[in-house]
Amino acid sequence: MSEAVKFRFDVDGSDFSSAGAASVMVKKKLRQLGYPPEIIRKVSIAMYEGEINMVIHANGGTAEVEVYDDVIIITLSDTGPGIPDVALAMQEGYSTARENIRTLGFGAGMGLPNMKKYTDSMEIDTRIGEGTTITMKVYL
Amino acid sequence: MTVKELAEALSLKILTNESQPELDREISGVYVGDLLSRAMSRVEADNLWITIMSNVNVIAVAALTDPACILLCEDVEADDDVRARACENGITLLGSPRSAYELCVEYHKQIDTFS
Ligand SMILES: Nc1ncnc2c1ncn2[C@@H]1O[C@H](COP(=O)(O)OP(=O)(O)OP(=O)(O)O)[C@@H](O)[C@H]1O
Ligand SMILES: [Mg+2]
Repeated sequence: MSEAVKFRFDVDGSDFSSAGAASVMVKKKLRQLGYPPEIIRKVSIAMYEGEINMVIHANGGTAEVEVYDDVIIITLSDTGPGIPDVALAMQEGYSTARENIRTLGFGAGMGLPNMKKYTDSMEIDTRIGEGTTITMKVYL
Repeated sequence: MTVKELAEALSLKILTNESQPELDREISGVYVGDLLSRAMSRVEADNLWITIMSNVNVIAVAALTDPACILLCEDVEADDDVRARACENGITLLGSPRSAYELCVEYHKQIDTFS
């Protein structure tokens, strides 16, 4: 197996207008590397939702993407409030997004369900008051 | 039907650069919706995406899902920053005073004539 390609991004929690920028960058890189469109689609959806969640729910964080020949691993870490009830948060339609955020089109409560649906594995490690780390894998 | 042909047939305003090569993209399929995480999983490459959302986050979703164009209905405006961001990402923004429903009906009639 060839050497992994790694990308690391700081996701700014105060800037809504640049939210999604890291995901767009990763999509472009994966295209250049010649990954199949359906793999790029899965990674784009999962990473975008995770990136946005860090911006709107956790004041930003870091996103890391490791690209191997047979798997792409996305790790999103924040030092936000944590998720009190993960099973509830995973339900389609559940959202704590406030009104000002909903008017921008967020808050459908579909982000975490999308991340689960479009990846082959997803692990959530969350601690109240400390933060959340989500690791997702997409196999080729 | 290409984006340009759509714009002409439905009298749509082209809100981004009128000489953008993406105007020649062929449209296939339609998605109507404003909630970004729903759009994220439902907009497919080459779709016509009809929405009332016109902020920069819509451009990010489009950059990832690759619709042929975004059609802003009900006279929704896009500010300069949003237009610039769309151009940078090769995304065409169109505008119309009509509702999403009317635009869908009209598009449907047009594809019959075009095929
Ligand atoms: N990184 C995070 N830190 C803290 N809470 C989070 C985080 N990610 C998600 N949550 C919580 O889980 C809920 C559900 O997240 P999900 O992404 O499914 O929906 P949403 O972000 O509210 O809306 P949408 O993603 O559809 O725009 C959020 O409303 C929030 O309460
Ligand atoms: Mg979300």
